[in-house]
Amino acid sequence: MHASVRPAVSLNIPPTGSNAETREPATALTMSMCVSKVNFFYGSKQTLFDINLEIAANKVTALIGPSGCGKSTLLRTLNRMYETLRDARLEGEILLDGKSIFNQDVTSLRRRVGMVFQRPNPFPKSIFDNVAYGPRINGSKVPIADCVEKSLRRAALWDEVKDHLHKSAYELSGGQQQRLCIARALAVDPEVLLLDEPCSALDPISTAKIEELLVQLKEFCTIVTVTHNMQQAARVSDFTAFLLIGQLIEFSPTAQLFTTPKDPRTEAYITGRFG
Amino acid sequence: MAATTTTVPGTGPVAGSRSWLSGLREGDEIVRLITFLFAAFVVFLTVLLVFELWQGSVLPRHKFGFNFLRTSVWDPVNEQFGALPFIYGTVVTAAVALLIAVPLGLGAAIFLAELAPVRLSDNLEFFIDLLAAVPSVIYGLLGIFIVIPLMRQYIQPALKSTLGFLPFFQGPAYGLGFLTAGVVLAIMLLPYIISVSREVLLSVPRDQREAALALGATRWEATWKVVVPFARSGILGSIFLALARALGETMAVTMVIGNTPVISASLFSPGDSIASVIASQFKEATGDLYLQSLIELGLVLFLLTFILNGLARLLILATSERGGGMAHL
Repeated sequence: MHASVRPAVSLNIPPTGSNAETREPATALTMSMCVSKVNFFYGSKQTLFDINLEIAANKVTALIGPSGCGKSTLLRTLNRMYETLRDARLEGEILLDGKSIFNQDVTSLRRRVGMVFQRPNPFPKSIFDNVAYGPRINGSKVPIADCVEKSLRRAALWDEVKDHLHKSAYELSGGQQQRLCIARALAVDPEVLLLDEPCSALDPISTAKIEELLVQLKEFCTIVTVTHNMQQAARVSDFTAFLLIGQLIEFSPTAQLFTTPKDPRTEAYITGRFG
Repeated sequence: MAATTTTVPGTGPVAGSRSWLSGLREGDEIVRLITFLFAAFVVFLTVLLVFELWQGSVLPRHKFGFNFLRTSVWDPVNEQFGALPFIYGTVVTAAVALLIAVPLGLGAAIFLAELAPVRLSDNLEFFIDLLAAVPSVIYGLLGIFIVIPLMRQYIQPALKSTLGFLPFFQGPAYGLGFLTAGVVLAIMLLPYIISVSREVLLSVPRDQREAALALGATRWEATWKVVVPFARSGILGSIFLALARALGETMAVTMVIGNTPVISASLFSPGDSIASVIASQFKEATGDLYLQSLIELGLVLFLLTFILNGLARLLILATSERGGGMAHL
């Protein structure tokens, strides 16, 4: 539904890096979001420096880097969630489908760019009401129950919860709660889904399920995920951006970044020398 | 601690006393004992209070029985005592007070917690706490000098001309009465409701708010449909605290309620409440039956507070959604 309206701003490879590698994808990519020259300030402290990044549609883009490198901040600029913080200021431009995200209504932007948080944060309501929250406030056209089922199926949770949709979301396990939060975000049919370290509070089995899910979700939307786990980035993402103290050091197709990093700092990080 | 309690009965006195002693040495057992005594003391005080009220009201209990609660004649001269007008006045003034104070207080708390700049919110909170500390006799004076004249000259005539078809707003406008007592009580309850509700709203986890915003909720939708429901049990708690205060408030009420044992549907009518009548008649109570009837009124107030609080708690349980916000933190 949403793929058709995207203008084909096609690029062959993300722009960072001076020496052009030969391992470029053969097919042209459609870009969903474009971050250009973004500087971010928190009070008087600058936390992002001149970030340029293009996010390919229907791909998984991972943001990695040590704690405090600004990857979560960068993620939160994409749906203007940083605006809930006092003293936060952004310079630069971010485009969604070629249009600035700053010239549009923030609530409709956030409906198009959904978000899943670090800790599972279901509302203290039933499973059904959690997923139905977004469609209800946004005035869904399709029947709510259909929308809830579709979203829960997409989040690979339907079979586990279909018989007790009216139980409290708090009765689910942590991994199930996080998948419920993904379903809740999917229920408003976002074009882009942002995930802020979605597995950091989960056990390995739940983590594996979420990772599998992310790969499946590419079919429906563009995925940007922040992770501090490099193996996870390597497993699930198509593109990886490496950030260090507020700067984008390297942005390449994932296989390339992990096998032949161009920047010595990237190599140092992925071989575990810091972070 | 768990180890102590499980080993003591089973494994003989030596092992038991040793682990108990080592617990004692490390302080755990001592702290447990002391804090248990403190907690038990509260229960003891409550029981003692009820016992004293029960003992102190032997005469009227034997003479009137349950008629004490059912009759509405309060005649010290002929020694006829019925509590109904005072129970009525207590419940009506508290209800009026909550009807006014809850929406105002909750609205102010939402503003302070969600919408106001932090600095303004903190400064206003200081004034609100100050209001909570003002002695009730001062509120009584405020009632006499400001609320009563306003009521008599403007508010009651206005209510009469607009809503006069309702039985609540009929009869002469004296200024004194149930409505005025309710308004003064509402002013006194506001700081409690605002202060506690604000704290509760501020303690709602940030990620709840963000989850709603991330789904395209406006700030108001996030506040009203996510933050407030999450804080609901805490907000109800603040209302119960206010209710308990309203039921037991003495000084301010006695100054503005009119001190007349009357049951009337009209809120303009003077009346009396339990706490108010005890305070105003205790000194002049001649005769054991009169005095003990006032003590029995105290018992009735205690039970009334107990029952209303119990009902309120049941209300929370009955209406709590699956999940129930704060209960799960």
